[in-house]
Order: sequence, then C-alpha cells, then structure tokens
Amino acid sequence: MSLVQIQQIQATGKKYWRSLNELANTAEFRSWVEKEFPGGTDILEGDSRRNILKLMAASFGLAGMAACSRPVEKVMPMTKGVEDLIPGKPLYYNTVFSLSKNVIGITVESHDGRPTKVEGNPNHPLSRGKATGYAQASILNLYDPERTYQVTQGHRESSWEKWDKFVETDLSPERLGKGTGVRVVTETIVSPALMEVKKAFLARYQEAKWIEYDAVNDAGSVAASRAVYGQPLQPHYHYDKADVVVSLDSDFLGLDSPSPAVVNDFSKRRKVENPKDEMNRLYVVESQFSVTGAMADHRVRSKASDIEGFAAALARELGVLADLNVLSGASDKAQKALMAIVRDLKKSAGKSIVIAGPRQSVRAHALALMINQALGNVGATVTFTPALYEEQGDSFAQLVQDINAQRVNTILMLGGNPVFRATRGEKIYAAFEQIKNRVFLGFDNNETAAQSNWILPEAYYLEAWGDARASDGTASIQQPLIQPLHGGRSVLEVTAQLAGYKLRKGYDIVKDYWTAQWPAAERESRWRKSLHDGVIAGTQLQAVKPAYDAKKVSLPPAANKISGAEVVFVQSWSMYDGRFANNAWMQETPDPMTKVVWDNAALISPATAKKLGLVDGDMLKLTVGGRSMEAAALVQPGQADDSVTLPIGWGRVEVGRVGRGTGFNANIIRTTDNKHISPVEISKGTGTYQLVTTQEHHSMEGRPIVREAPIEEYRKEPEFAKEMVEAPDESIYGWWDYSKGNQWGMAIDLNACIGCNACLVACQSENNIPSVGKDQVSRGREMHWIRLDRYYSGDADDAEAVLQPLPCMQCENAPCESVCPVAATTHSPEGLNDMAYNRCVGTRYCLNNCPYKVRRFNFLNYHKEMPEMEHMASNPDVTVRMRGVMEKCTYCVQRIQEKKIQAKLEGHRELRDGEIQTACQQTCPADAIVFGNINDPESAVSKLKSQPRNYALLAEVNTRPRTTYLARLRNPNPELETPHAEVKHG
Amino acid sequence: MADVAVRDQKMLDEIHPRLVQGNSTYHSVTNDIARIVEGGTPKEWWFAFLASASVLGMMGMMLSYLVYKGIGAWGNNSPVGWAWDITNFVWWIGIGHAGTLISAILFLFRQKWRTSINRAAEAMTLFAVACAAQYPLFHTGRPWRAAYWLFPAPNTDLNMWQNFRSPLEWDVFAVSTYGTVSLLFWFVGLIPDLATLRDRATGIRAYVYGALALGWRGAARHWRNYEMAYLILAGLSTPLVLSVHTIVSFDFAVSILPGWHTTIFPPYFVAGAIFSGFAMVITLMAVARWALRLQHLITIKHMENMCKVILATGMIVGYAYGTEFFIAWYSGNPYEQFAFINRAFGPYWWAYWSMISCNVLVPQIFWFKKCRTSVTIMFIASIFINIGMWFERFVIIATSLHRDYLPSSWGYFRPTYVDICTFVGTLGLFMTLFLLFIRFLPVIAVAEVKGVLAHEDHVAHNGHGVHH
Repeated sequence: MSLVQIQQIQATGKKYWRSLNELANTAEFRSWVEKEFPGGTDILEGDSRRNILKLMAASFGLAGMAACSRPVEKVMPMTKGVEDLIPGKPLYYNTVFSLSKNVIGITVESHDGRPTKVEGNPNHPLSRGKATGYAQASILNLYDPERTYQVTQGHRESSWEKWDKFVETDLSPERLGKGTGVRVVTETIVSPALMEVKKAFLARYQEAKWIEYDAVNDAGSVAASRAVYGQPLQPHYHYDKADVVVSLDSDFLGLDSPSPAVVNDFSKRRKVENPKDEMNRLYVVESQFSVTGAMADHRVRSKASDIEGFAAALARELGVLADLNVLSGASDKAQKALMAIVRDLKKSAGKSIVIAGPRQSVRAHALALMINQALGNVGATVTFTPALYEEQGDSFAQLVQDINAQRVNTILMLGGNPVFRATRGEKIYAAFEQIKNRVFLGFDNNETAAQSNWILPEAYYLEAWGDARASDGTASIQQPLIQPLHGGRSVLEVTAQLAGYKLRKGYDIVKDYWTAQWPAAERESRWRKSLHDGVIAGTQLQAVKPAYDAKKVSLPPAANKISGAEVVFVQSWSMYDGRFANNAWMQETPDPMTKVVWDNAALISPATAKKLGLVDGDMLKLTVGGRSMEAAALVQPGQADDSVTLPIGWGRVEVGRVGRGTGFNANIIRTTDNKHISPVEISKGTGTYQLVTTQEHHSMEGRPIVREAPIEEYRKEPEFAKEMVEAPDESIYGWWDYSKGNQWGMAIDLNACIGCNACLVACQSENNIPSVGKDQVSRGREMHWIRLDRYYSGDADDAEAVLQPLPCMQCENAPCESVCPVAATTHSPEGLNDMAYNRCVGTRYCLNNCPYKVRRFNFLNYHKEMPEMEHMASNPDVTVRMRGVMEKCTYCVQRIQEKKIQAKLEGHRELRDGEIQTACQQTCPADAIVFGNINDPESAVSKLKSQPRNYALLAEVNTRPRTTYLARLRNPNPELETPHAEVKHG
Repeated sequence: MADVAVRDQKMLDEIHPRLVQGNSTYHSVTNDIARIVEGGTPKEWWFAFLASASVLGMMGMMLSYLVYKGIGAWGNNSPVGWAWDITNFVWWIGIGHAGTLISAILFLFRQKWRTSINRAAEAMTLFAVACAAQYPLFHTGRPWRAAYWLFPAPNTDLNMWQNFRSPLEWDVFAVSTYGTVSLLFWFVGLIPDLATLRDRATGIRAYVYGALALGWRGAARHWRNYEMAYLILAGLSTPLVLSVHTIVSFDFAVSILPGWHTTIFPPYFVAGAIFSGFAMVITLMAVARWALRLQHLITIKHMENMCKVILATGMIVGYAYGTEFFIAWYSGNPYEQFAFINRAFGPYWWAYWSMISCNVLVPQIFWFKKCRTSVTIMFIASIFINIGMWFERFVIIATSLHRDYLPSSWGYFRPTYVDICTFVGTLGLFMTLFLLFIRFLPVIAVAEVKGVLAHEDHVAHNGHGVHH
C-alpha cells in the first residue's frame, strides 16, 4: 500500500483521477498490480473467498485515496454548511437521485469529502425534505467493494486509453456506417442533457436504434392519456384535496409511489387533530396486500386481472360510457363495494381520485381517467403536465427479436441491467454472444457485465455530473460529492464520446446545456444558485387542461379474462429491479407486509395454499408459456385467491457476495414485453426453502397494542385509546422532576404512518447499524433500532392490517436501567435512556426486561465482519459497537448534541422547535414521526401529545414511555358494514 | 440379661435402624474410609477420571470458542436473552443447596443421620458452585470486563459504583459469599480427618496432609475450638441456604416479565433447590456407596431419609406450580395469564410437561417404602428429578422470554452445539472434581461417624473396649 500512497502524493488529484492508468504508469506500480491481481478481472468471476478479500483490500486502498480528493469542478455547498472546510464538520450538497422515472431532489451529508448520508432536499417539490429507502441505501452502493472498478475487454484488464482508441477505430462512423446494426440500450432518460447528447448520437448514426427500457414500467398512464386526450400526458394526483380515493390496484403509497410528496399529500388528510376534523376515505381494490391496502378504509380483494373489469363496471355505473361490458362473475362483496364506491364518488364529485396502478392495462388507466373526467376531478384533484419521457412501447421486445434475428452487430448498454431483464431461463439467449461489440457501461458487476466483451466502470450518481428532471418538470443538477472512486465515467460522458459530441466532460456538457438557455449575464449566478438550491428555478411545468371529448376516446379493447390462476409481477420493496441486490441494508430491510428479508417469495392466499397443500416455505412451481420456475411460497393473508404475487429483482445470477443466493428470479417466466400479469399454471414444487422473517407472530392476541377505532366512535369517545387500559401512577422511589430544561419526547401518528421502511433505512445509515445476514436474522438477531410491526386482524382471507413503527420508547421509568449491574444504561436529565457502550458488559438483562424488546445485542462482531470499504459509509458522529455490547435507539443523541452545541455557540440561545430532527423523523414522508421538547407546550410534539388520540404503549406496565402513539382511525363507509368490528380493539 | 439386651437391640434396630451397620468399630471406620485414599488407584477410577477430564477439556474448548466468537456461538437471541446459560447456572446453584442443608441445618437440628453423607454433600455443593460460577461470567458479552467490573473494587475503567439496584449485582455477593462460606465449612470439617490421614501417611503425602491439617493433635482444646468453629459456620451457612436461592430467584422476580414477576419465587426456588440437591446426592451416593463399598456407613436409612426430603420438597414445588396458575388467573392480568397458558400449551409445551412429569409425578413413588428403600429405583428417580429441575429453570427462563408483551417480537430459542457441549462440559468439571475428591480426601467424615458410632452402640460398647 505504501507504494500506492506515494503515487497518490506525487500525482495531482486531477491527473490521477482522470485516469487510473496515468497514475499507474510506473513499472513498480504495474508489477504490484499484477502481483496483487494475477489474472486481472478473473477475480470478478471466481467466488473464492481469498479473491474477494484481495479485491476488497484493493478497493479499500483505492477508495482511501479517492476520499481525500474533492471534485475538480466547482461544487456549491448549501449555506447550511460552513464556509471553509472545518475538519469534523460535515458539508451538505444538494443533488438528485433518480430511480427509473422517479426523480427526487436529495441533500447529501459529506464528512471530510466522504458522502455518508442521504436526506431529502427540502427545496425539491417532490421530495420535500424526505428521501426514500432506496435513496437512503444508495450510499452503500457507492462503497460496494464489488462494483465495477476496472475497464475490461474480453475478461482481460484494459484501460480507458484502450477504450478511447477502440472508440476511435472500431466504433467510428467509418466502421459503423449509418449505424444499421447499432443498438443503444439505456434506462429511461430523465436527464435533459443526455437527451441532447442522444440527439447528437442519433444524428451521427441515423439508422441506429436507441432503446429506453425500465424493468419497472408504468407506461400505462401516459398511453391512456393518448387514448383519452389524444396526447401524451403525465397525470398528477393531489391527494391533499381528495375526500375519497379509489385505488384500482395502485399501491400509490408504497411500491408505486413516485415520490415522498404523494405520501406527504395523502397523510395531510389523515391527521385528525380533533374530533371535528374530517378524514379522507380510501378504497383499495387489489390482489396482493399492499401498504396502501393496509391504510384502506375498505379493501376489496380481487384478482389483478379482474380489476380492469371492476374499473369498467365503475365507469358504467358512473355513466361514463354506456356501452361497457358489465363486471361479470364478481362476488357479492365486490358488487356491494362497487355500488357503495359509486355513491361515495358521486357525493364527492370534484373532490375524489380514481387511480389505476402500473400493473393495470392501458384500458384500465383510460377508464380511470375518464371517471375522473366525468366526476370533474380533472383540474382539481387530478392535473396533467406534458409527458416528459419517451414512450417505450414494445421497443425492448423488438430489441430481443433483432438480436435473435442477428440484426445487431454492436450493442451499447449504458447503465441498467438489460440482460437480467431479458433473462429467460439459465442461458441468456445464444444469439447475444454472436454480437460483435457488446459494450456495457455499468456500476454493478451484473449479468449484463458477464455477457459483455467491454466492461466500463460507470461513475455512480454521487461521483458524476449530470441532471435529472422529475415528473412535474422540476430539473436538478446532479452534482458529485466525490471523485469517481474507481475512475469511472458517466453515461453522459460515454454517450458524448460515442456521439462525437462537442463537449466531453460531464460538467461541461451539463453546464453548457443549462446555461445556454439563460441570458449571458445571469449564467454564472443562476448556475451557482441551481447547484446550491438543488432545483433549477422555473423548470416546473405548468398544468395543462386537455380538451376532452368522450366520443373521440379510442378505448383499447378489453384484456382477455384469466380464468385460472394468474401471476402478478411487482417490483421489490428492497431490490427495486435487482439493482440493490448487493446492498446489505436493502437485503435486510423487511418487506413491509410479509416481513421477509434476504429473499422474495411467491405470495399466495390461504385458500390457494390449502388447495395446493402448501405451507410457508414449500416450493411452488409456476409455469408460464412452457417455461417454469420454482419459488418458495408464503401464505399471505388478504391475498386474492388464484393469484400469485412474485416480486421481481431477486435471484440475481451474477452478483456480489451479498446478493448471492437470495430469492427467486421472476424474469424466468416474465416476458420481455413488460407484462405485469400473466396466466400461470401453479402446482406444488419439490422440497422446501427457508424463508426468514423479522416478525414471526402476526396477531395482537387481543392486546391493546395498535389501538384503532372507526372515526364515528372516536368522535363520540375521543380518548378511547387512552381509556383502553388503566395506567398506574406509583413509584416507591417517587418520580424524578422532569419539569426543567429540554425534555425530549416523540409522538408517532399511526393514522399517518404507511409503514414504508424509509425510517428504518435512514436509522441504519445514521446510526451505523450493521446488517447481520439471513442466518443471523433467522436466529432473531437483526439489529434495526426502529422496527415496523405489522399485525393482521380479522379472518385470514380478508384480513386487515396495521403497521406500527417501534423505536426505543425512552421510558421515564425504564425497566432496563434498574437491572444493569454496571449502570451501563442510565437516564439523562433530558429524559433520554442513554447507553454507555464502553461500560456495557453484555449481561442482556436489560433486553430481557424491556417489554418492547427494542434493545439490540451484538451477538457477534458484526461491525468487524463488514468489508473495510463499507466502513466509509459510516457516520463519524456515531461510535460503532463491538460484540458483546447492547445497543438501541438514542433519539439520535448525536444530532441533539450537535444542535445543542450550536445553540450554545450562538450565544446560549434556546433551541428552536424542529431544529433537531431524528433521522427517522426527517425522512418520514408522512410526517408521522414528530420529535421535540415536551416541556415546551408550543412544540409540535407537545401539541400532538395533547391530542385525544395520544396513548402510551404498555402504559399499564408503568414504564412511562416518552414515545407515544396517536391512535389509528378508520373511516368506513356506513353503507358497508365494518367487516371485523369485533377485533377493532385487538 | 444379655438375651434381653440382644432382643431389645433387635427391636430398636427395627424401629430405628442403626446409622452405622455391621460390626464397625472406631478402628474399622477409620480403616474403611482411609483405605480409599491410601490404597492403590483402581483402574475404574482412571477410566472415570479420563472420561470426565476429557469432557472438562471440551468445556474449556467451548468456552474459549465462546469468548473468541461472541455470545452468538450460543443460540441466545432477541427476545430470549438468557437461555441455557442462566438455566444451567440456576440448576447448578440449586444442586449445591442440598449440601449446605445437610451440613448446616441438619447439624443444628441434631440430625445424626447426616454424618455419613455430609462430607460428600458439602463437596458436591462446592463443585456445583464451581460449575455454576462459569455462567455468570461467561454468559456476558464481554467476560474480560465482567470479570472484575461487577465487583465493587476500585478500578480506573469505570470510576463509579456498580448499580446496587440490579439483582445481578446481588447475585455477585450472594454467590461469592455462598462459595466462600461453603469452602470454609467444608475445610474446617475436614481438619480432624486430614490429621488422621497425616498420621497414617508417609512421604510427601504426610507433608501435604500435615500442612492441610493445620497442626491438629486431637487435644481437647482443639476439639473445643473445632466444635465451636463448626457450630458458628453452621450458623452462618444456615441463612445462606435460604438466601442464596432467594437472591437467585430475584433475578427473575424483580423483573417485569410475565412469568418472572411473581412473589412466590423465593420459597419456590429454595424448595426446588433442596429438591434437586437431594436428588443429586442420591445419584452420587447410590454409585459411591457401591463403588467404594461403604454400604454399612451410608445405609439404606440415609437413603430413605433423603427420599423423604425429596417427597416433601417435591410436593412444595408441585404446589408452587399450581399456585402460579391460580395467581395468574386470580390476578386478572392478561399478560400473566397468557404466559402460563403459553407455558403449558405453547411451543414449549414439551418442556413444561417434562417438568411436571419429572418433578411432580416421579417423587410420588416415595410414598411407598419399597421405593424408598430400593437403591435402583431411587437412583432412576433421582435422575428424572435432576432432568425435571433442569426443565423447570428452562421453562421459567426461556418460555417466559420467548413470548412477552408485544407479539411482534416473539421468537423461539434453539440451542447450538456450543450450548449443549458447554453444559455437558460442566458435568465433566463436576465429575472431575468429585473423582479427585474421593481419591484424595475422606469421603465420609471419620470423626463425626465415630461420634454417631459411640452414640448408637447401645450394648456392644462395653465389650469392645477402646479402639483408636
């Protein structure tokens, strides 16, 4: 390593990081590299432990150097940061995170040039200061020791110089001509600068085809707008203005949520502050049990393929189109629900939303649009902006056909993982190997990399300049926080090179693209402001009011009914489309409903399970069009009968050590034309599989844990939640006086929380919480400081579900404190239940005596077992814990201290309410978690705690928790009897 | 006259069997006991010793691995923070109680029948405490810290007092006091016998026994001091019989966990401890009296008396099981009610019913004299009781923990091979120490048995004259 360090000192940061080879041009360095990595990138293919260790050690070495070098181009820190770098003080930069078409503005915390934490950018209209779990976890991908780090040609080590030469010779217009056999595959382009460069590329190669694809595709709504309005439009739903929301298979609060803003809007109508407040009503028609379904006031269980029919019936009953087919074969229950929904919608015309989910057909989307139109919702709760993105149609399927017909000689796969998306069985189509130039620019050493003869390391979004436009038009500059750790280049840069674009550096292209649109005098100031704010002013699109004529609508024909079983492919909560497979945080983030970690499962209803004779963990055989696969079955209460839900993105074949052997690859039976719902033959497979969940018991056992009531009951008895138990108020010691100074407390609104797990990932990132792996989770040793409990009630077929985030309750009368022999856990004067890790000897008595079981014990040395490089993602403000030590939620005490010190330095001023935010609170899209000083009657948390819905969990044990809950409410339609009234209190 | 005496003696023996049988004299008692120490080492002893020492070695390896790897080597988890570790701790501590009871309380109550078994029982106490003491240390996540941080000795790491509100801190004092007093009591009792061995030994053994005998010459002044010291130590030990297991039970009773948080625990634990301790004494004595040919000193009467104690304490334990259920119902506390229903009918039902069968049903056979006087039957029964009492602790600890207040956190505990091998290893430690004890120290208190001999020898006393 010393040699490398010397090299680093000798080279200027710029020279070194523009090209790894420039640095490594000494003979010693080259021989060192060869000694260290005999066989070059063969390491990537072998999975021997030694090789991986070598790889990780080298990655760490290289990463260490990168951490010391800042981007060369000028980046603008937020004013929140300090003027000049003060060691130990973090800087915050605004940038943008995009996941397919879902673009949100983010603020990234950087410690000494090392990005450590993602937050939402408060200036961005779609993130509003909230980041999703995916965005939070993306920080770990940056430090993935197994990401692509070396230019490789034909499985042999190469360099960017060789690539540049290859572009000049083999990929030149002389060689490729008009680009007849050239295909470029990218994910949906959300970057205006890249769209510009793409134009230049297609101008250079006029016959080349550019395919944009998304593994997770929701093209239906745009296609539907074309059918209904004759133009491609992007719908926006304003849940804060809707009294009644009807979701037709749309998990708009969960998987199908485009941004935290959607949840934020919805939750505004759930915060019932006093009994007089109104609350919205949510109907959900769906096949799998989603978190939106869990929030629903009425949930109608239906096969996904029947929902289009439900939409048609709804449209007919609302008089949208007279000559629609009637819903046939619907159950009485569904029929009854339908009529109630119709009457409710009519009552709330202009103040309702009907939304179809991305798995539904264009027809279902079109019907939903027409219903909104008929109800007068358009312009009020539903608005449109011009669609920003290319419609993909069947271009990906066309690409596969072209490849199979050997019409392709050069395929440039820039980002993403198209080979995995197209996986059909074990062997990737043989024709692919016949393509002469298979170039992959990617971040992940994935299936596509394995099938390519050029692998180019892609600079991660935190390493490269770029831009992105959110669905409402808001554009942001993607500014890097760190030089590419492994000398990667961005899609933008490589495209510019291939296109012979006038500019080659990402920074130049982006800056040129945007400043060209501004008056010359303002260019520099607007550029700086855009970087600083994280949004480019004036880019948000104005809503358009499309002309509507019911007669001109060309409704696509109704889909064929699936009479037998169906399989529904949904994106994965943690893997997305598979890109997070090597991310241990995401692997260990439980599915909000099933609570399964480290795997996906084929979800089936209890009745289907009974019919097939399956129990949890039995293999289920799924056959679609002659192809079959097996996946472990999991019985999901509330699942539609004869409907299998299979999350995609799992079962990755070429993946690092974290993702190896996790889950089942749904792409084997999923066709390339983006089908979401297929007919399937299901039968019992062979053998069983161990599925691991973080929660093994799913009933509240009649205990008053999550307390809920219909809103009518709440109006009659506002304090119903408190009254459910009698809390003692005695202590033999007498109560401590907490009436002075800051007294920290938290309130969690169960009526707003949707259970999305963003808080869990944020907490993991903020507090350096290790992932422990499937085996350890199976032994009940997961380390999450905040967990989301999910309980079912009612009968298994039509279950209802509630979710409850559970951090440490910071009990004033903490049972853990009195039993610790070495006083390692004690109470602070500000009411925190503190943990002194250094004093802990690990008797685990505190864990036993904690009625909430929120304490986490380091059974093994989880931190030591982490790859060195992942430690770079650690928050330096939080100590890491060794084995044998107990840990738990601290209300982010490091954030409290930071702000207290700041207030002290600023003239001993009082802390402002909301100045300190815990990590979970900051990222909660529903603002369901509120933290603050309970001694201040004006603080947000005090106001919440004074609401009648406020209750303390297990108050009867006399723990006096500082974290309290606001009871859950449901707003059932009086027409529909509440299905499980008897279990409401359970 | 002589005939009448003989007839009376026979009747007396029937009603009240002699504590020393056969034609034992002072000399023969000394010989019978000392020969075990002085004679050659039998092959069987070597086999037993090697086997036990190997198992002890396994314990060493398991504990080394545990310290190297972390508590994760065991099956403990969240919510089951304690499992086999504390189960074994309480089990071993409980076993020790019989020794103290026999030596202290029965001594104060002038129960002469204790003399033949008290030495071995006391040794058992010490060795059981040694086995138990592994766990409070090694069950911690960082034993290298716990080894001294739990003691209120000044150290610069903590710079503060321990938390005296914690029952674990009370445990530290209770167990260390218990271990110290038991050791002293045992050693003081050994002094006259060590002197006897010293007087008969030659070479290096004479020096070792001589040093340990602390210059005992059998002077009246020595006997007077000895008797006084023994009485004082007996007095000190007596409250310990009750206090140690009471404090161990506080580990549970002081918590807020349903199934642990019960006031019945102190008497219930003490009764259970005596119950299990006597069972272990029977297990050991049944083998030892046969192997060492001491049937005339450790008689059926001794064994029968112990069976009676087992029957009595077994019923106290059974009563406690019933009371727990009654109180769970009577309290109206739904968590408490669930904890007990879950014990009997939850995932660990098998552990609960094993406990009931072994601890409540098995001792009932001791209502029958035939069972009380058959060494084979009582040996088998004692094994069952040992198993049952282990399950009792497991049921209290693991089944209460695995399902407490919030169903979302419920889990299940499965032991790993390290759990199992560590436990088996402590049996190896126990047996190794016990084998060393019977090889090098008098298993029966020679001086005390002689006292009983004199007392019992209603008639023959005159005829035999003085032997020494």
